[in-house]
Amino acid sequence: MEINGGGGSAADVSRILSELETLKTVKSDIDRRISALEAQLRDTTNIEDKNDSVSNGSCPLISAVHSNINHDLTPDSVYRYSRHLLLPSFGVQGQSNLLKSSILVIGAGGLGSPALLYLAACGVGRLGIVDHDVVELNNMHRQVIHTEAYIGQPKVKSAAATCRSINSTIQIVEYQEALRTSNALEILSQYDIVVDATDNAPSRYMISDCCVVLGKPLVSGAALGLEGQLSIYNYNGGPCYRCLFPTPPPTSACQRCSDSGVLGVVPGIIGCLQALEAIKIAGAVGEPLSGRMLLFDALSARIRIVKIRGRSSQCEVCGENSAFTQQQFKNFDYEKFTQAPLSTLPVKLNLLPEDSRISSKEYKEKIDNGEAHVLVDVRPEHHFKIVSLPNSINIPLVSLEVRLPEISKALKEEEERKAGASLYVVCRRGNDSQRAVQCLQKMGFNSARDIIGGLESWGRDVDPNFPTY
Amino acid sequence: MQLTLEFGGGLELLCESVKIHKVNVDPPNGTEKFIMKDLLSWVCTNLIKERPEMFMKGDSVRPGVLVLVNDCDWELSGQLDTTLEDKDVVVFISTLHGG
Repeated sequence: MEINGGGGSAADVSRILSELETLKTVKSDIDRRISALEAQLRDTTNIEDKNDSVSNGSCPLISAVHSNINHDLTPDSVYRYSRHLLLPSFGVQGQSNLLKSSILVIGAGGLGSPALLYLAACGVGRLGIVDHDVVELNNMHRQVIHTEAYIGQPKVKSAAATCRSINSTIQIVEYQEALRTSNALEILSQYDIVVDATDNAPSRYMISDCCVVLGKPLVSGAALGLEGQLSIYNYNGGPCYRCLFPTPPPTSACQRCSDSGVLGVVPGIIGCLQALEAIKIAGAVGEPLSGRMLLFDALSARIRIVKIRGRSSQCEVCGENSAFTQQQFKNFDYEKFTQAPLSTLPVKLNLLPEDSRISSKEYKEKIDNGEAHVLVDVRPEHHFKIVSLPNSINIPLVSLEVRLPEISKALKEEEERKAGASLYVVCRRGNDSQRAVQCLQKMGFNSARDIIGGLESWGRDVDPNFPTY
Repeated sequence: MQLTLEFGGGLELLCESVKIHKVNVDPPNGTEKFIMKDLLSWVCTNLIKERPEMFMKGDSVRPGVLVLVNDCDWELSGQLDTTLEDKDVVVFISTLHGG
């Protein structure tokens, strides 16, 4: 069967893709220009309204005769936010506070997506979005602000477009950059409230410290697997992130969604709660979650709200004797402090000498030549179930030592089939396979070698149809 | 004395992925009180099946682990010296960073 029915070729596909790309760029440019013109139109109309009421003082506007309005909400705003205004405990005052507030959301991923949707919809006056990443297909299950059309484009651009399409009356500010100590002070200082929707330990310390030196409340959420956590730091005399966690955790305790997985709706729930807490602070209503922490366990359907310590007088950043200044913040090395990178790129270890490693292409040649060998896949069992190479045996790294006899047996059987069987080890990205080879060589399997770059490199360099995850 | 122990934020992986443990403990010989310090060593001996360094550092929990006694940060009740009573609920939770 001919896949490209009409006699199409790779060149056609490439031409169509490139045309699509061009059209998308033009479309987003037009969208942006429409938003800008609409905003300009609104501003002009507002000014004219005001001028009218001033110049025609003796002849008041019809609306002023028939209605008695003691607030600054426009008729459109009254209608748009009417369900907020109808809430006795929120009302005109809450909405008016919200419209005058500014909120910065750092991270437009799993947490930031729902947070931004609600913050844009509810009428925060100015909404800032920081993210340096691009939208990927494997984000879509949880990063619900992005649509397929934006795959490959900056998350900030995509998130801002969605926010504008929900509410064209608020100001959206895009920061298409990674947050660093060099730009954090300048960006955060322009907002009343900061929402931490990032995904790594150094960013969390950096954002908290920056909020302390600038005196900003911080709504901090986190989610992984089937659990989420939420608290407000540096608010109304409450603790900062460092009061709670003065020493960073070991890097082995900092799991990432890209390694450990996450059920999409879990960050969705925490992100919504972050929006809620930010709205409460901005609207000056209710009891924000300061000095308390919310712990969410999706699998058992349990939410626990616990009391946490207050501000620590010993805290190195917000404590009584702390002299942590903006300058010190700028010079602080958060990656060194937490022993973890600010970006979420996976690490590439290099533990083995060259002769203990082969590339995925070389391994392919060995298969093609029918070379006798055993391939051990050391990923966890649930990874192996996603996809694996033919004839590989799954022995997860954690149980490698106790399952060595299985490897000896497999080697022996292969040896009987054809002499000179070698032993190869593979994993997802080529880190655990190196650890496994170190262990195997120590236990006497001297010929053990790892496949550089793991299944990822197999998918990239040998078989483009091999599923990656 | 009966206690309910809960592990979360990934710490449950150290005790065979079981989150909630109902346990019976007794004060060490020659003492009447059972304090958090006693509980930590009991947990290490009886519940932690792998990578104990992911739970303990020195004589306390490792950085990044919150300890809650009856839904209250143990910093507020005396940390390692917190006295436990029958039916208390102790939660160990590892802080999350993902998003």
